[in-house]
Amino acid sequence: MDVFLQQVINGLVMGSMYALVALGYTMVYGIINLINFAHGEVLMVGALTSWSAIGMMQEAMPGAPGWVILILATLIACTVAVVLNFTIEKVAYRPLRNSPKLAPLITAIGMSILLQTLAMIIWKPNYKAYPTLLSSTPINMGGVVITPTQIMILGVTAVSLAILMWLVNYTRLGRAMRATSENPRVAALMGVKPDMVISATFVIGAILAAIAGVMYASNYGTAQHAMGFLPGLKAFTAAVFGGIGNLAGAVIGGVLLGLIEAIGSGYIGQLTGGVLGSHYTDIFAFIVLIIVLTLRPSGLMGERVADRA
Amino acid sequence: MGGTMKNNKTLRYILITAALLALPLILQIFGNAWVRIADMALLYILLAIGLNIVVGYAGLLDLGYVAFFAVGAYMYGLLSSPHLVNTFANLASAFPEGMHMPIWLIVPIAAALAGLFGMLLGAPTLKLRGDYLAIVTLGFGEIIRVFLNNLDHPVNITNGPKGLDQIDPISIFGVSLGQKLMIGDFEIASVSLYYYLFLSLVMVAILVSHRLALSRIGRAWMAIREDEIAAKAMGLNTRNLKLLAFGMGATFGGVSGAMFAGFQGFISPESFSLMESVMIVAMVVLGGLGYLPGVILGAVLLSALPEVLRYVAGPLQEMTGGRLDAAILRQLLVALAMIVIMLMRPRGLWPSPEHGKSLTTK
Repeated sequence: MDVFLQQVINGLVMGSMYALVALGYTMVYGIINLINFAHGEVLMVGALTSWSAIGMMQEAMPGAPGWVILILATLIACTVAVVLNFTIEKVAYRPLRNSPKLAPLITAIGMSILLQTLAMIIWKPNYKAYPTLLSSTPINMGGVVITPTQIMILGVTAVSLAILMWLVNYTRLGRAMRATSENPRVAALMGVKPDMVISATFVIGAILAAIAGVMYASNYGTAQHAMGFLPGLKAFTAAVFGGIGNLAGAVIGGVLLGLIEAIGSGYIGQLTGGVLGSHYTDIFAFIVLIIVLTLRPSGLMGERVADRA
Repeated sequence: MGGTMKNNKTLRYILITAALLALPLILQIFGNAWVRIADMALLYILLAIGLNIVVGYAGLLDLGYVAFFAVGAYMYGLLSSPHLVNTFANLASAFPEGMHMPIWLIVPIAAALAGLFGMLLGAPTLKLRGDYLAIVTLGFGEIIRVFLNNLDHPVNITNGPKGLDQIDPISIFGVSLGQKLMIGDFEIASVSLYYYLFLSLVMVAILVSHRLALSRIGRAWMAIREDEIAAKAMGLNTRNLKLLAFGMGATFGGVSGAMFAGFQGFISPESFSLMESVMIVAMVVLGGLGYLPGVILGAVLLSALPEVLRYVAGPLQEMTGGRLDAAILRQLLVALAMIVIMLMRPRGLWPSPEHGKSLTTK
């Protein structure tokens, strides 16, 4: 039972990071129907920027408490990610808005490779040890172990989600975003500026991805130029799982995916008598995805829209 | 008038054929490495033509195409390297000399198996819209790679991340392509022999693909690509047609995988990463989706140019103190090319002249 609870906690931690990244995918997809392949790379840039920022701050002010440095580093990472994602959209996606559907997808893939390569040049390809800024003594709660970093991840995710929900549901910008994703042309007729809404979507997505990047690096204790790929892929899976274009779906998809992965990898060894080990963790996501999509092609919470190929 | 036009066309074909046949013999003078680049380019053309059936004709975005390449390559690798015989004692007694299956047996098996995998993948994805399909195929590609990586225990089938080595070179009618061939005093290097094999395969692939595009099936695929509901309403069996597209595309992938394994003599899961799938999709889309000359151009550009660059990148590496090595520079340029070309020519470098129409008016 303890193993189970422990895996549930690990799953929630992973899942909340997937959820943050998945939101970026799902918002962009909901508005311009594009799989933003470079989104995982925004996470990576966020993580590496915060790594550099932490290094500099630790030298500049040696006495500062860990959490202050972490917050400042996250803010810097968010700023860089916002500028980056805003530019990506302007340069690579905006000119192709009325092109064949595959064209922006290819530029997105190109952007993803480009960012990875640039990060490799800027930060060198080695794995960097990401400093532990919060206390590393795990807290024992009735046989289940949780680190302060993990508590921080769960807390930050909850707060970010609350702010996002407020933004989308109760502000002018949120209404504009919902209207644009419903029907861009009519929204434009009603005075919504689509370009502004799309830029805002990329900015919000970048903030969430950068936060997720900082948390991902703190959780694993490493950062590297290729680190964005796997979480990006899984977060996209989570977005599809939940029904792409649906915000609540992305969160639920992310958390469920994290749970399935953690519980699956915790038990696969026992279930198969040691034949399959935990190195199959990475394919759980996809197997689950294939099953869900076969049974319910529009995802868990996706609306059944008319099939327009 | 018509006569001269036809003569011009024939002349052009003869010239192109002569140039293609002479190419490896000329490249050979500068070193076998250049012929190898041409060989790899031909393999990529084969892959791109196969993927073009799925993405270009039927409009199904497949991001896991490299999985079929892997299936073909491992099929060839397992049946013609000592690995299986070394692992399984009862096989060793059945094949005391080792399993050196002839190519006439391996290639059809590889093609059929890859085709079967293609259909298997196609089956659950039939109902999915474009982007869902992309992610499922992507997941499928990763699943295959993870299995190749981990199926070295409990029973060692794929030899895991170490990969398979000592794979027999391809041999046709008793001529092994792994050694140079002497015709009189003239020497044809092994890589050039492979070049001719791959070239003939590409020719067959072009012919098959071109005839398919003009056939009833090809027109049906394009109808599905343009509007699936309308195609269905016209009485097309969209389910079977989509499965057929997946199967056909995968078959091409399987054959080129088998060729790759024989050519390299060594395969490991590393060669079949997602990046490879992405590159093949990029070749098809950059060149011109659904249009064979464009697809071939895209494949040549993305496969050969970066390799050529590798030879130029040496000085640059010294200038930047090792930060920019050849591989990084290659990746950088490929990425930039993908972005810039798409921004300037969203329909590809050499797009189909009649966009969106499947019927050519003659």
